[in-house]
Amino acid sequence: MIRVALPYHLRTLARIDAEVELEVKGPVTQGAILDALEAKYPMLSGTIRDHVTKQRRPFLRFFACGEDFSFVSPDAPLPDPVASGEEPFLIVGAIAGG
Amino acid sequence: MSKIRVLVGTRKGAFILTSDGKRAKWEVSGPHFGGWEIYHAKGSPVDPDRLYVSQTSGWFGQIIQRSDDGGRTWFQPGTKPGEPTKTPDGMPMGESNKFVYDTSPETGKPLTTHQWYDGTPHPWEFKRVWHLEPSLTDPDTVYAGVEDAALFRTTDGGRTWHELAGLRGHGSGSKWMPGAGGMGLHTILLDEKNHKRMYIAISAAGVFRTDDAGKTWRPVNRGLVSQFMPDPKAEVGHCIHHVAIHRSRPDVLFMQKHWDVTRSDNGGESWREVSGNLPTDFGFVIDVHAHEPETIYVVPIKSDSEHYPPDGKLRVYRSRTGGNDWEALTKGLPQRDCYVNVLRDAMAVDSLDPCGIYFGTTGGQVYASADGGDSWNAVVQHLPGVLSVEVQVLP
Repeated sequence: MIRVALPYHLRTLARIDAEVELEVKGPVTQGAILDALEAKYPMLSGTIRDHVTKQRRPFLRFFACGEDFSFVSPDAPLPDPVASGEEPFLIVGAIAGG
Repeated sequence: MSKIRVLVGTRKGAFILTSDGKRAKWEVSGPHFGGWEIYHAKGSPVDPDRLYVSQTSGWFGQIIQRSDDGGRTWFQPGTKPGEPTKTPDGMPMGESNKFVYDTSPETGKPLTTHQWYDGTPHPWEFKRVWHLEPSLTDPDTVYAGVEDAALFRTTDGGRTWHELAGLRGHGSGSKWMPGAGGMGLHTILLDEKNHKRMYIAISAAGVFRTDDAGKTWRPVNRGLVSQFMPDPKAEVGHCIHHVAIHRSRPDVLFMQKHWDVTRSDNGGESWREVSGNLPTDFGFVIDVHAHEPETIYVVPIKSDSEHYPPDGKLRVYRSRTGGNDWEALTKGLPQRDCYVNVLRDAMAVDSLDPCGIYFGTTGGQVYASADGGDSWNAVVQHLPGVLSVEVQVLP
C-alpha cells in the first residue's frame, strides 16, 4: 500500500485524521498516486492539481524520502521506499503566511 | 415568532448567528470550515434550510459546500458521506469543485484576454467564487459569480457547474480589468417579475443585463462616469462595487460605484448620481430597505486608497428619498478611532417589520439594527475579517 500524508485542510475535507493508504496499480508515480487519491476521495478533486491541466497547484509541494519531487515529471517513477509503503508521499502546503 | 439566521463569511471560516424575531439576543455557531476564506454563504429562498457556501483558499482552490439542514451538517455536493464515490457508469464524483470555462464550440466561447493592472493583455484564469445566488424558484439551481469574471450555474444542487458563456463572450472582455481585489463577478440580481431578466456586475467592467435567461448579455452603464478610465463615460470598464434592488421594483437599481452612488429607474438603461450630501461617495456596500423601496443604505469610506470611515467614525448613511438626501446613523456604532472597512457583500436586510439591517466589518464586528438603522448593536465583535453577510427570516 502507498502511504500519502495530506495537509490539515485536505484531511478535513476528506474527513480523515491520519495518513491515507492507497492501492496503486502499475508504476508508482505522482500521477498514479493522485489518480488513486482522487478516486478514493473525490472531494479532493481540484484541490491538489488543476481539474483540466493536471498541473500541481502553485502553493503545494511534493516531497518523499527527504527530496523535493515538486518539479519532477508526474509520470516519473517514485523511489522504491514510496512504492513499497516504507516511506510516505508527502503533499505539503507552502509556507506563505496567512 | 419568526427566527433570524445570519450567515457570515470571514477570512477564516463561516459563522451562523441566530436570534428570535426581537433580534436582541444572539447565538453564534462556528467557525465552520475554519481556516478557509468564505467569500459568500446564502440560503435558498425556496428552501431556507438549503444553504450554499463558497469556500476558497490560495493553496487548495475552490470548494462548494452545501447544507440541507440549516447549517448543522455540511457536505460537498456529490460527495455526501455514505454515498457512493462513483457514478453508476464508474466516473469519479467531486465535480462540485470544478469550475471550468466553457470553450466548447456548441455552447461556449473562446478563452480570450482581459486587461491586467498595467494595461497589458492577461489570460482568463479561474480563481474563486465570489458570490452565490440561489434561484427564486428552485433550490437546486444556483448562480455563481467568479473571478476571473464569468457566470456559472448549477441545476443539480451544486454537483456540477456550467458557465453561461454568453457573458464572457460578449466581446468587450479585452476592456475588462481587475479591481484591487481581483476581476470578480460579485453581484447577481434576479428579477422576480421577469425570470428571463438578470443583472450582474463586475469589478471593473460594469453592469450587464440579460433578457433571455443568460444566453446573451449587454452592458447597461450609460450615465456612469469613472475618471480612472481613458474615456470616463465608456460603455465598459467601470468599477462597480455593488448593486441592489427592491424585489417589488426590479427596474430600479441602486449602485455603489468605486466613486459615486448612482441609481437607474429603467433597468440600467441610464444612471444618474445620487451621492448628494454624503461625506464621501466612495464605499462598497449598498442595500435597500425591505418595505420602503426608496430607503437605501450605504457606508461611506474615506477614499480608494484609505479604506476606512472618514474621521474614524463608523456611520451608516440612510436616504429615505432614493438618494441625494442622506442622514448619518450613528447610535450604537463607534464614533472614534474606528478604521475598519465594510466590504461589498457584507450588508443585508431582513424582511421583518421593523426591517432589520446587518453589516460586517474587516475588523470582525457584525452590527445589527432591529429598527431600520436608527440604532445598532454589535452581535459579535471579534470574528476574523468579514467578507459577506446574508440574512434569512425563518418561520
